[in-house]
Amino acid sequence: MSDTPHRDRPWVFRTYSGHSSAEASNTLYRTNLAKGQTGLSVAFDLPTQTGYDSDHPLARGEVGKVGVPIGHVEDMETLFRDIPVEQMNTSMTINATAAWLLSLLVAVAERQGSDPKLLQGTTQNDIVKEYLSRGTYVFPPEPSLRLISDMVAYTVDEIPKWNPINVCSYHLQEAGATPAQEIAYSMATAVAVLDAVAARDDVPAEAIPRVVARISFFLNAGIRFVEEICKARAMTEIWDELTRERYGVDDPKARRFRYGVQVNSLGLTEAQPENNVIRIVLETLGVTMSKKARCRALQLPAWNEALGLPRPWDQQWSLRIQQVLAYETDLLEHEDLFDGSRVVEARTRALMEESLAELEKVLEMGGAVAAIENAYMKRQLVESQSQRLRAIESGDITVVGVNRFTETEPSPLVEGDQSILKVDESAEREQIERLEAFRSRRSQADVEAALQNLRDVLKQGGNVMPPSIRAAHAGVTTGEWADVLREIVGEYRAPTGVADRPVAQRESGAETRQRVDELSRDLGRRIKILVGKPGLDGHSNGAEQIAVKARDVGMEVVYEGIRLTPQEIAQSARDEGVHVIGLSILSGSHGVLVLDVLKELATRGLDHLPVVVGGIIPEEDAETLRAAGVRRVYTPKDFDMARIMGEIVDVVAESAAAA
Amino acid sequence: MDDARPERRAAAFELLDALERRLPFPGAARVGMTGAPGAGKSTLLDGLVRFLRARGETVGVIAVDPSSRRSGGALLGDRIRMGSRGADTGVFFRSMAARERLGGLADATRASAVVLAAAFDRVFVETVGVGQSESDVSSVADTLLYVAQPGAGDMLQFMKAGILELPDVFAVNKADLGAVAERTAAELGAGLGLSAPQDSGWTPPVLQVSARDAQGIDSLVEALDAHRRHLEEAGDLASRRRRAAEAWALESLEIRYGSFGLAAIGGREAVAARLRDDALESAFAVVRRIGAEIEEALRKS
Ligand code: B12
Ligand SMILES: Nc1nc2c(ncn2[C@@H]2O[C@H](COP(=O)(O)OP(=O)(O)O)[C@@H](O)[C@H]2O)c(=O)[nH]1
Ligand SMILES: [Mg+2]
Repeated sequence: MSDTPHRDRPWVFRTYSGHSSAEASNTLYRTNLAKGQTGLSVAFDLPTQTGYDSDHPLARGEVGKVGVPIGHVEDMETLFRDIPVEQMNTSMTINATAAWLLSLLVAVAERQGSDPKLLQGTTQNDIVKEYLSRGTYVFPPEPSLRLISDMVAYTVDEIPKWNPINVCSYHLQEAGATPAQEIAYSMATAVAVLDAVAARDDVPAEAIPRVVARISFFLNAGIRFVEEICKARAMTEIWDELTRERYGVDDPKARRFRYGVQVNSLGLTEAQPENNVIRIVLETLGVTMSKKARCRALQLPAWNEALGLPRPWDQQWSLRIQQVLAYETDLLEHEDLFDGSRVVEARTRALMEESLAELEKVLEMGGAVAAIENAYMKRQLVESQSQRLRAIESGDITVVGVNRFTETEPSPLVEGDQSILKVDESAEREQIERLEAFRSRRSQADVEAALQNLRDVLKQGGNVMPPSIRAAHAGVTTGEWADVLREIVGEYRAPTGVADRPVAQRESGAETRQRVDELSRDLGRRIKILVGKPGLDGHSNGAEQIAVKARDVGMEVVYEGIRLTPQEIAQSARDEGVHVIGLSILSGSHGVLVLDVLKELATRGLDHLPVVVGGIIPEEDAETLRAAGVRRVYTPKDFDMARIMGEIVDVVAESAAAA
Repeated sequence: MDDARPERRAAAFELLDALERRLPFPGAARVGMTGAPGAGKSTLLDGLVRFLRARGETVGVIAVDPSSRRSGGALLGDRIRMGSRGADTGVFFRSMAARERLGGLADATRASAVVLAAAFDRVFVETVGVGQSESDVSSVADTLLYVAQPGAGDMLQFMKAGILELPDVFAVNKADLGAVAERTAAELGAGLGLSAPQDSGWTPPVLQVSARDAQGIDSLVEALDAHRRHLEEAGDLASRRRRAAEAWALESLEIRYGSFGLAAIGGREAVAARLRDDALESAFAVVRRIGAEIEEALRKS
């Protein structure tokens, strides 16, 4: 062919990954880059995300599990060994401790002999969605916002190609948000950040367009991909308008809506998991087809999302989806396919209208921070998620392989137990050993001085970045850095969004309700259940929906939110006099944590209390748990919540009869 | 002790009776907390518990939550605010649903309060709403704390609900909101000035606090302590507890047996008079004794 058509440059291909140790993750990154991946997306483990060292009691069972543990500057150096940081576009999913991880990266750049000014990439750094969905917040909303605005103010001059914040609507959809809620709450977050930055003395008005130009977004793309195309177009327009009108940005280039994507994972199923590949492809179309609103970077989940962590091969399959779409199809040869489409235009307008009204409501309340503290946004999300699950239960929403077309041949993909990544049990111990060795190597005096400097600067209202970079060089650890902040600004527990919700109007489970009433009469008081989330795991959807459903069928429910210790859970069970405990764990640390809860119950003489568990629990682990005394184990395939409730009543009845 | 089955209830009352007789006087400080939903009672409790624990006091808390009418189920949301507690055994926290009132709330809260008073230095009871549940709380509390939500129109609500008479201490929460909290505090102070002073000579103070920012907690504890000292010095604590016990016993009997039941032994007034004359060492014992009489009378008729 003589005249090759013009092709647009594809988006950045990423794979969200990291596990076990900096060493193992470095190897993984280099292999992925060799396979044609064009950017890095770092997954950190939960202790790193919540500011604990690997040997902290709360880190137990979590070190190196869902991401890479980074405890100090040497871990960060290992992570990027033979990967020149200033040539790499690095996205870091880090929030409460974002300032610290960026400081470590700056320190590594300096050690590699490169100029930190050249660093490119993103710190996720959207704390609002942590309270609403993701759960790795540490500090209260106001000081957290302050940390974000410090980073914005710092990077705008010092690391000008860095995106200091990635405003996330992605996680809102995963928590149940409708498209309009996704748009409204993420825009409210952007407004909170920009207002805070604009109010700073050290950021002159003339810098605001540059600040706005560095704010990027992180979107989700669900299975209703036509609507998703409209959503991305609606956000593009809303952002353009908002930044022009509210912040007076004249340059259209600075107002451009730039976003990365991870497609929807909430809808990926445990049943017939091969169907997930088709879902992922369709969802990808939603954020790539419209040139006007095409994503800048994309990462895809894997077919075995609902089973556990993906192996390199699973991630490769997802990377290949992107490559086939970008390089084999003619997608990138065309101008926008939807300009002039009346259908797309109308849906886009409708979405804009609906979401702007919701945004207005939040702003009138006092903005994103106020709507976190008064639980408004969280309640809306829990409500949307309940509606979604009810629709799946009733069949109003079809999920192929789950509530329709369920007959299936055995899947060759899930034969045996080798279909997910198993993190080596020795990872935690080895990481702790490395940490201890590092601590004994560093200069304690330098560390003390750096921590004192951090304290002083924070108390005087200075920017968190310079003292944090100094601390990184001095050998301060992640836990030490976060402890100083906890000491100065305090800690926070976000509202759960489940209290005071009205009872569902249309619901299954009338029969269960009657059984609850009868058993409650026999017991002398209402069945009381404690729904608990032990450990650092922030996946709250399941626990929230179980709590709401239990209330709807007539139980008294104690649910205190995420991140409790096994001791706290056992203590609550004792104080509250509950009849049954339901634990929800999706992070993979059920092995350690469930047994710890059982032990704590036994210490308090409560070994008779029945315990049920739900979450991402491979069948062989479920057997181990049942052998340890757990009465029932549930996984994502158990979508029929009325049935779950019925079985919980059985469990309470059984144990009352045994007493 | 919140078991509604008759045989269990009888057994519990027996235990409670024995316990209440043995409680040292004056014993634990009993503080009741009321205020509109969302005023910040639970958040404030969290701050109070932190403060008191830091001082070395042990604390027992009962939080009464509204339950959903239709299903009878309830999401007990107060516990979430209690971030202070951790796995600390010096704090006990129990949330309860308000349930169908059939002997439920009043019995269970008083019973729990008595048990907690035996084990902790200070007991707090948080209840919902304005109006109906104050009497429940005052039946267990030496000191009644009202937590006010800053905002216009509140005064009217205070007046209407006749709220101003009962509480011993007022705390306008969310002082971090600034002017609006100050205005509410000022209005409340003025409103109190208009109503008749308590006969005991205690003038209820109006404090501003911020549960969120842990501001004013120390002064609030100081005010609660001052009220308690006042009761002790004026010799009013015993009579106050006695009045509360009488009121509770009467209500408990009325809820259980109805006016029909009370009529069987001479009517409400007669029962009230008997309660006034009774030594009332333990309210639980009295309720059991008079209850048995009522049952006997009902059987005979
Ligand atoms: C939604 C989601 C999220 C959301 C969570 C939003 C929220 N507020 O809950 C977001 C986007 C924030 C998120 C983040 C992360 N996620 Co995620 N997430 C998921 C996903 C896609 C769905 C989970 C879900 O909510 N399902 C809907 C609810 C209703 O279902 P469910 O919880 O399974 O509950 C049902 C049953 O299991 C059971 N059940 C559950 N709990 C209980 C409790 C009781 C008492 C009972 C009776 C029953 C019961 O009943 C429920 C009804 O059917 C899963 C994969 C998947 N498809 O399952 C990954 C997954 C759980 N996430 C994973 C990971 C790694 C993470 C991160 C840690 C990544 C990282 N490194 O940062 C982060 C951080 C989260 C944190 N702070 O801990 C991994 C966990 C890996 C593992 N176990 O080995 C998974 C499996 C994905 C994967 N394959 O990698 N995630
Ligand atoms: N601004 C502000 N908000 C508060 C304060 N205390 C509580 N709140 C908020 O008010 C809401 C209700 O609090 P909660 O303690 O549950 O109230 P309760 O219903 O009276 O127990 C929550 O969203 C709290 O975060 C405060 O001092 N200042
Ligand atoms: Mg409350």
